[in-house]
Amino acid sequence: MLMIAAFFLPTWDISLEAPQYPEGLGMQIWLNKITGDLGTINGLNHYIGMKKIEPDSIKELTIMPFILGFLILAGIIVGALGKKKLLTLWVILFVLLGIAGGVDFYMWEYDYGHDLDPTAAIIIPGMSYQPPLIGSEQLLNFVAHSYPAEGGIILIAAGIISLLALGYEATFNKTKTKKEYEKKDVKHSFISSFIHHGLVHHKP
Amino acid sequence: MKSLKKLIISALTVILVMSAFTYYGCSTKKGSTGPIVGDDAPSKVYVPPGKYDEFYGFFSGGFSGQLAVYGLPTGRLFRVIPVFSQDPEKGYGYSEESKPMLMTSQGFIPWDDAHHPELSMTNGTPDGRWIFINGNNTPRVARIDLKTFRTAEIIEIPNSAGNHSSPFTSENSEYVVAGTRFSVPVGNKDVSIDSYKENFKGVVSFIKVDPSSGKMNIAFQLMTPPYDYDLSHAGKGPSHDWFFFSCYNSEQSNSLMEVNASQKDKDFIMAVNWKKAEEFLAQGKAKDMASTYYHNTYDEGTHTATSEILTSTKILDPKDCPGMIYYMPCPKSPHGVDVDPSGEYIVGGGKLSTVIPVFSFSKMLKAIEEKQIDGEMDGIPVLKYEAVIGGEVQKPGLGPLHTEFDGKGYAYTSMFVSSEVVKWKLGTWEVVDRAPSYYSVGHIMIPGGDSKTPWGKYLFVLNKITKDRFLPTGPELPQSCQLYDISGDKMQLLLDFPTIGEPHYAQAIPADLIMKNSQKTFKLDDNKNAYVTRNEKEARVERKGNEVHVYGTMIRSHFTPDNIEGIKLGDEVYFHLTNLEQDWDIPHGFAVFGNENSELLIMPGETQTIKWIPKNVGVIPFYCTDFCSALHQEMQGYIRVHPKDANVQLTFSTGSKPN
Repeated sequence: MLMIAAFFLPTWDISLEAPQYPEGLGMQIWLNKITGDLGTINGLNHYIGMKKIEPDSIKELTIMPFILGFLILAGIIVGALGKKKLLTLWVILFVLLGIAGGVDFYMWEYDYGHDLDPTAAIIIPGMSYQPPLIGSEQLLNFVAHSYPAEGGIILIAAGIISLLALGYEATFNKTKTKKEYEKKDVKHSFISSFIHHGLVHHKP
Repeated sequence: MKSLKKLIISALTVILVMSAFTYYGCSTKKGSTGPIVGDDAPSKVYVPPGKYDEFYGFFSGGFSGQLAVYGLPTGRLFRVIPVFSQDPEKGYGYSEESKPMLMTSQGFIPWDDAHHPELSMTNGTPDGRWIFINGNNTPRVARIDLKTFRTAEIIEIPNSAGNHSSPFTSENSEYVVAGTRFSVPVGNKDVSIDSYKENFKGVVSFIKVDPSSGKMNIAFQLMTPPYDYDLSHAGKGPSHDWFFFSCYNSEQSNSLMEVNASQKDKDFIMAVNWKKAEEFLAQGKAKDMASTYYHNTYDEGTHTATSEILTSTKILDPKDCPGMIYYMPCPKSPHGVDVDPSGEYIVGGGKLSTVIPVFSFSKMLKAIEEKQIDGEMDGIPVLKYEAVIGGEVQKPGLGPLHTEFDGKGYAYTSMFVSSEVVKWKLGTWEVVDRAPSYYSVGHIMIPGGDSKTPWGKYLFVLNKITKDRFLPTGPELPQSCQLYDISGDKMQLLLDFPTIGEPHYAQAIPADLIMKNSQKTFKLDDNKNAYVTRNEKEARVERKGNEVHVYGTMIRSHFTPDNIEGIKLGDEVYFHLTNLEQDWDIPHGFAVFGNENSELLIMPGETQTIKWIPKNVGVIPFYCTDFCSALHQEMQGYIRVHPKDANVQLTFSTGSKPN
C-alpha cells in the first residue's frame, strides 16, 4: 500500500553541478516519465555526442508502472491470504525485480555514457560520461550526483522492510504454529511499515 | 530647463566654481577635492562579489531616451532599458516586432527625451509591478514591465507639446498624468505666435491605468490656461483625490522666456480634484475632440508590438466644471511640487525664489470653503497665498528645485544654483543640515521618497555638471549621481558614480519587491509569434514574390538553416529567428554582413525578425553575436546572393542533411 505513493513521486534524481549553473540542473526519473531540465541537459550533451534523452523512446517508462502495479496488487492479495510461502515468493520476486530495475538503469546509463556520436565536437580519448548509479562523479565541467528520490527511497525501504518481515517471520514461527497468528503477523508487518514511515500514527 | 540652465551657468558658474576651488583647494591630478568622506564610507557602499544590492535604482536616461537600472548603494549599472530610442544592441526599434513601439502620429520617431521614472503604487507605496516614464519631446508615456525589464506599452499624448509634468501617479496608480510644458494652439492651428494669449492652451492629460494589466488609456484631458506645466505629484492620505502641478510662465510670454517668463513675483501650483473630474466626466461635461494619437503595446505572447491609432479624446473645460481646479500662487517659476508622506504638505520648488514655500492641504480646503479667492484665470479660481501657505523655509540656498522626504519628519531640497542639498524639518521649517553637490544638482531621490513610505536611508543627488569629478573624457562628460547616507543627523557623502544621459529623476525600491518576480526565460511552448519556428524540423525558407522569409532556429551552437542559396538581388529578406534555448541567460545574437540595420538579440524562447536587403552578388556571412557557448565562434552561416535575373531555386540546409 505504501508503495502506491511511488506512483506519485520521482524514483531517481540525477543532479548536475557546474560553475555556469549556480541555480542547479537536474532530472527526475519517475516510473513513467522524466522531468526536470531535460532540454538543457540534452542541449549540453550534444557537444560530447550523447544521444538525446527522449522519454517517449524509453520502453521502461511504459512498463514500470505495470510491474509495480502488479507487485502491489500481488502484495495485497498475499497479505490478505496470509500464506507464508506466498509471502516469501512475493518478497523474492520484489527483490529480484528491484535488482533487475537497478541493472537495467545501470545499463541505460552505460549506453548513454558510452554510445557517443563519433562526429561530436568534444571528444576526449578514453572519456565516457556515464553518471554513477548511486553517488557522485566528475564528468568534464559537471559533477553528476545520482541518488534515489522519494519514490525510490520508499521502494527500497519497502524492499528492506519486506525482507526484515520475512526474517522476523521465520524466527517467530519457530515458537508459534497457528495459522491465525501468522495471518495476524503478516498484517502487522504491513502496518508496521506504515508506522515506520510516519504515514499512520501509532498509538499503543 | 536647458535655456535657464545655460543662463544660470553662464552667470554664476564662474563665481561658484572659483569659490569652490578657493574653498577646497584645487588639484586636478589627484581628483577634485571636496569634504573628506568618512572612514566608514567604503564599507557602506561595498557589496561583496556574489552578494546583491539592497535597492533597485531606476534613473532616467534623459536625452538618451532610455531608462537605466542600477544596483544601490553600489551604483553598479545592470541594464539600460530601451524605451523611447532605438537600441541597436538589443534590436529594439530595429526588429520588425519592436518597430511599432516607436510609432507616433508624427511617424516613426526613433528618439525621445526621457525625464521622470515613476514606480506604480499600491496604497501610496511603490509595489514593483511597473515603472512609468515620460517622453518629453514627442509627448508620450511608457510603461515598463518589471518582470521582464522591458517596455510593455507607449501611449502618445495628443494636444500636448513637451510632456514634462509626467508621469506621476496617484496612490494606487489609478491615474498617470501628463501635463504639457509647452502651451500650443491646440488642434495644429496656423496662427501667429504672437497670438499666444488668445490661441494657445495648456492641456493636462489623465491616463487611466488598468489595475490588473497595467494597460493605459487617456480617460480625459483638461483644457487649462497657456502656462508651462512643469512638474506634478499626486496627493496622498487626506489629499488622495488631488493632483498638484507646478506652472511657470504665468506671464504667458512666447519669446525670450528666460526674461519674460521670470517677471512675476508668483506663478502657480495648480490643484486638480480628479475625483471631481471623474464626476464631471460621468455627467457628460466632456467634449469629444478629434485628435490622432498612437497607442503601442508589446505582447509577451507574440513577442510583437502592435500600434492602435486612436482618434478622439474627452476634454474637460474648467469653465464647465466648478470646483475641479484651483490655483495656489507660488513664488517664483516653480519646478518641483512635492507632497510629503502625510499628504498634508505640498512643497513648491521656486527656482528663482528666496524661500521654499510649503502649502497646507487642510488650509487649502478651508480657503476653498471660505472662498478666500484672489481673482481667477479662465474660470479657475486663484486662492489667496496667505490662506494656503503652511510655512516658508527661510534662506534655504539659491535655486530650490525639488524636494524628497525621509519619512522621519525631514525634507531634502536640491539647490541648483548654490549646488547643494538642504535638509529641513517639516512643521518648524528650520534648516538643520546642508551638503554640497558636485555640481549643480537637479533632482534628488530617496528610495520611496515621493511616496507614503520612504525607505529613508540614502539620498541620491543627480548632478548636471561633473567637471573635475572623474577622469576627463574630452569635452563630453558624464552627468553623475552622488550618494549620501542620511541615516544620521548629518548627511554623509559616500559615493560618486556617472550615469547615462541626463538623470532627471530616479526611483528606487527594495530589491526583494522586484527580484522575486524577475522572469528568466520565455516559454517556447507559449510562443505565439506569427513566424515562430518551434524546432529544427520546421526550419525553412519561403519565397513570396521578392520577399524571402527565413524561418530559422538558434541553439548552441548552430543556426538552422545555416546555408541558404537562391536569394537574388532585389529580394527583401526577413530573418524570423527563434531561440530554442530554454536555459537561463543564454540569448543568441544575429548579424548579417553589410545589413543597414541592427543586430537581433533574442532571448530563450523568443522569436524576432530583422530585415535585410542584399546589395551585392556573392556569398554573405552571418553569425551569432552573443558569446553563447564554447563553440560560439562556430555559430555562423552563409547566404548566396545571385544576380537579379538568375533562374535559381531556394535551397537551404544545415550540416550534411539538405532539406
